[in-house]
Amino acid sequence: MEYDIETFALTKNFGDIVAVDNLDVQVKTGTIFGLIGPDGAGKTTTMRMLTSLISPDSGTGKIGGNDIIEMAEKIKLDIGYMPQKFSLYEDLTVLENLIFYADIYQVPKKEREEKIEYLLKFSNLTDHTYKLAGQLSGGMKQKLALSCNLIHTPKYLFLDEPTIGVDPVARRELWKILFELRDEGATIFVSTPYMDEAERCDEVGLMNKGRIVKKNTPQKVVEEFEKHIIEVHSKENYKAKEFCSRLDYIEDVYLLGEELHIVVDDYETKKEEIIKDFKENNIDLISIERVNPSFEDVFVYIVNNEQDRL
Amino acid sequence: MKFNIKRVIAVIRKEFFQIRRDKRTIAIILLMPIMQLFMFGYVASTSVDHISTVVFNNDIGTESRDLLESFTNSQYFDINYSAYSMDEVQMYVDDGYAKAGIIIPPEYSENIKSGETAQVQLIVDGSDPTTAQTILSSAGGVIQSKSVKIVTENYGVIMPQPLDLRSRVWYNPEMSSVNFNVPGLIGVILQTVTLMLTSFSIVREREKGTMEQLIVTPISKMELMVGKIIPYVIIGFVDIILAIGLSVFWFKVPIAGSITLLLFFSIIFLFCALGIGLVISTVSRSQLQAMQLSMFLIMPNILLSGYMFPVEAMPRSIQGISQFLPLTHFIKVLRGIILKGVGFSSLKNEFLILSLFAIAILSFATFKFEKKVD
Repeated sequence: MEYDIETFALTKNFGDIVAVDNLDVQVKTGTIFGLIGPDGAGKTTTMRMLTSLISPDSGTGKIGGNDIIEMAEKIKLDIGYMPQKFSLYEDLTVLENLIFYADIYQVPKKEREEKIEYLLKFSNLTDHTYKLAGQLSGGMKQKLALSCNLIHTPKYLFLDEPTIGVDPVARRELWKILFELRDEGATIFVSTPYMDEAERCDEVGLMNKGRIVKKNTPQKVVEEFEKHIIEVHSKENYKAKEFCSRLDYIEDVYLLGEELHIVVDDYETKKEEIIKDFKENNIDLISIERVNPSFEDVFVYIVNNEQDRL
Repeated sequence: MKFNIKRVIAVIRKEFFQIRRDKRTIAIILLMPIMQLFMFGYVASTSVDHISTVVFNNDIGTESRDLLESFTNSQYFDINYSAYSMDEVQMYVDDGYAKAGIIIPPEYSENIKSGETAQVQLIVDGSDPTTAQTILSSAGGVIQSKSVKIVTENYGVIMPQPLDLRSRVWYNPEMSSVNFNVPGLIGVILQTVTLMLTSFSIVREREKGTMEQLIVTPISKMELMVGKIIPYVIIGFVDIILAIGLSVFWFKVPIAGSITLLLFFSIIFLFCALGIGLVISTVSRSQLQAMQLSMFLIMPNILLSGYMFPVEAMPRSIQGISQFLPLTHFIKVLRGIILKGVGFSSLKNEFLILSLFAIAILSFATFKFEKKVD
């Protein structure tokens, strides 16, 4: 299998803080790779190094076989990068922004008109062509940002939390666009804090404290999870959570919506103990059952566990 | 380094779109030169006349009234107050009603008639040296010519003068301070406006985050810098025309030399001023910082460039500093062309210095600019 995006012991420190720590990651050609991790995990820093917005302290990476340090300017012809914060000109219209980037990327005049028309349609912005970018809604802004990054048909696309502050409908649309792009052969490197989005990626890397702690397809990540998840309903969620966190045989406990999720090594043996302990301590218990671990369960467990270990 | 003119044009167009929609920038471009020209043109006038004067006349003869008339006729003195004691004179000067006091002793008329030396006392408020200087020299002039007249009238002879100084004032014969100030002011305005505008140009993109998107594109440093400079060269040029137009048609400052040469030098100076602005913009972390840095630079430029005080009168070390300010040389050029009407051959040194400065500062700005976010 060929890798389009690779890093080799990529490292970046900010003062005493290690933002990215000897990172080695590979992304296969024509796939969507999701970088998942809590705030401060180093996702943005990784992306900024790959797009040569900042220089790594040590290590390097390759995009399409070109070194990200030595060949930075050559790589820029083939990449698109959408920063977390809206980075287009708010005082330019939608069309002016698109034309500006078409000029910068030197998209030939013939292709340009077609491409702009296509992108406007594709991102549902045709009706807003002459609106100032600053007047667009959050979702429209993101779609415009993506469009500007697609004007030169990049082979490698980097998206830093592209759906933050975007409504669910627009999120769906954005992902539809990403799937289309992948199917056309683009390699997409996306970071997201949303678990449902993580599950849409071809492969995910769970990032924590500057390192990728797990990397696989979302299905495999869940399948390989060896722990059991017990879902507990209680009227006293917070009290129950507090109580569980003091029990030795419970590896992890957290609230997922209205339910309490408890991580144990074996459901059958631990279930009885939980019921017994709840009763003895007068903690309300409505139901207790085993559930299949979701992607989110695995993510939360890994992140929490890492934090305990470090 | 690769350089593609189409990318540069894209940046220029983008800058103009943005300027067109930014009222604050348009105000700086159009109103600031007009405001500064009017403010400095009128307020910073150093010609002093019609000085408010208090008179304490102890004499009752016609000779003293004659003398006072000579003072009034000179246009330099306005006798606004009459005092009846020294204390009163002091009060008028202390309270700022009068800048000068003329005291005539009781025996004045007697002395003139009898051919003795008559004394007149002049009190000068010396707190403002410029005004004091004018009072002293113009009073001296009044007394001098009055003395000659008295001798002529009393003795019927024309007093022979062993020395006769014939002065001719060149370039600005009326010694109008507007004629002197306005050319220098054009330089100051150009410096201020371009510095303010360009000092924001890069740092605003950094602050707003638009730089992040621009950096990941294949645009080169050179392309970006040139694209950023050219719009402001055009704007600066508009401001020069505006400032020169106002000077000629409003302030009636005649331009003795070639306007083409003036515009040519203005463009070279523009590149210097823009370069300074770009350096500020690349080293600043925020627009606020850029603003503070520009303010920090504008002050010494006004004070040390020879616009307000002659460079020759400054201490040696300060003179050295002022030689590093392109404005110092540009003001020399402006005064040379507008007031003296000199040609290129007299300005070769300034041409060399300004060109070198422009090249150096623009290269430095490009060198300092990094296609990185930190």
